[in-house]
Amino acid sequence: MAARIGVVVFPGTNCEHDVVRAVEVVGAQGILLWHGDRQLGPVDAVILPGGFAHGDYLRPGALARFSPVMEAVRDFARAGGPVVGICNGFQVLTEAGLLPGALQKNRQLRFLCEPARLVVASTASVLTSAATVGEELVIPINHFEGNYTCDEDTLRRLESEGRVVLRYADNPNGSLGDIAGIANEAGNVVGLMPHPERASSSLLGSTDGLVLLRSLVAAASARAAA
Amino acid sequence: MRFRARVEVQLRPGIADPEGATIERALPALGFEGVAHVRAGRSFSFELDAPDEAQARTTATELADRLLANPVIEQSRLELEAI
Repeated sequence: MAARIGVVVFPGTNCEHDVVRAVEVVGAQGILLWHGDRQLGPVDAVILPGGFAHGDYLRPGALARFSPVMEAVRDFARAGGPVVGICNGFQVLTEAGLLPGALQKNRQLRFLCEPARLVVASTASVLTSAATVGEELVIPINHFEGNYTCDEDTLRRLESEGRVVLRYADNPNGSLGDIAGIANEAGNVVGLMPHPERASSSLLGSTDGLVLLRSLVAAASARAAA
Repeated sequence: MRFRARVEVQLRPGIADPEGATIERALPALGFEGVAHVRAGRSFSFELDAPDEAQARTTATELADRLLANPVIEQSRLELEAI
């Protein structure tokens, strides 16, 4: 049976259908989940996709973190379930305390929508396990608040524990340590600003996102089999 | 009793503030010299009912810390008056 990937939809999310299609490209089944639901249902992994949950009012992710579904996502993550936040989803995960730090306004106060060159920094996560450390990936970014910020202790821990999973080759937004994506201690919760679903077909200009999605689907399948 | 609260949210000292820095860079072009350390922030106001000022302060502070500010990068300041 195909791995089932739940894709959470908040009011203002706009990448959910792209994400469903992209996970289908790598052999999984995408299932849309509603933010008002208290249960995830039978899914083997969860993706919080990009967009503008609750209009990004107050701060990106600040209101989405209180959605009923987030309690279920938190329980799922605590039980070792793979959870990935893409762009706005990354912002939601930091606001919800599932990942450390915060995403600040870009250094140059400009909305960035362009391909970004990334370097895989760690394969110890559900999103990078099928990649190779040092591998370069070109994946689009599309954000105003993507400038990763945290205190020095947190940064030291992220670095020493190998939890920075993706870095920008040419830092576009001022992120501390060129960070494009991080994982939690166990590696089952990952947040990243670039959009792998937008690099999932040669028609889109890049297929470099597929290795990330394949990693996630492998983790989801392993969980389904367990 | 009813209170009016005003909460000011700013980035913590030491956290880079691209908005404040951009405003500061624009000032000399407008003829404002000698202005430094510009920090951008947001202000919120609301009214709340509470039995006394201490309770109102507790509630408003919790509200500010849980929702209005992200304590990872921001700090908040509260002003309260009985109305």
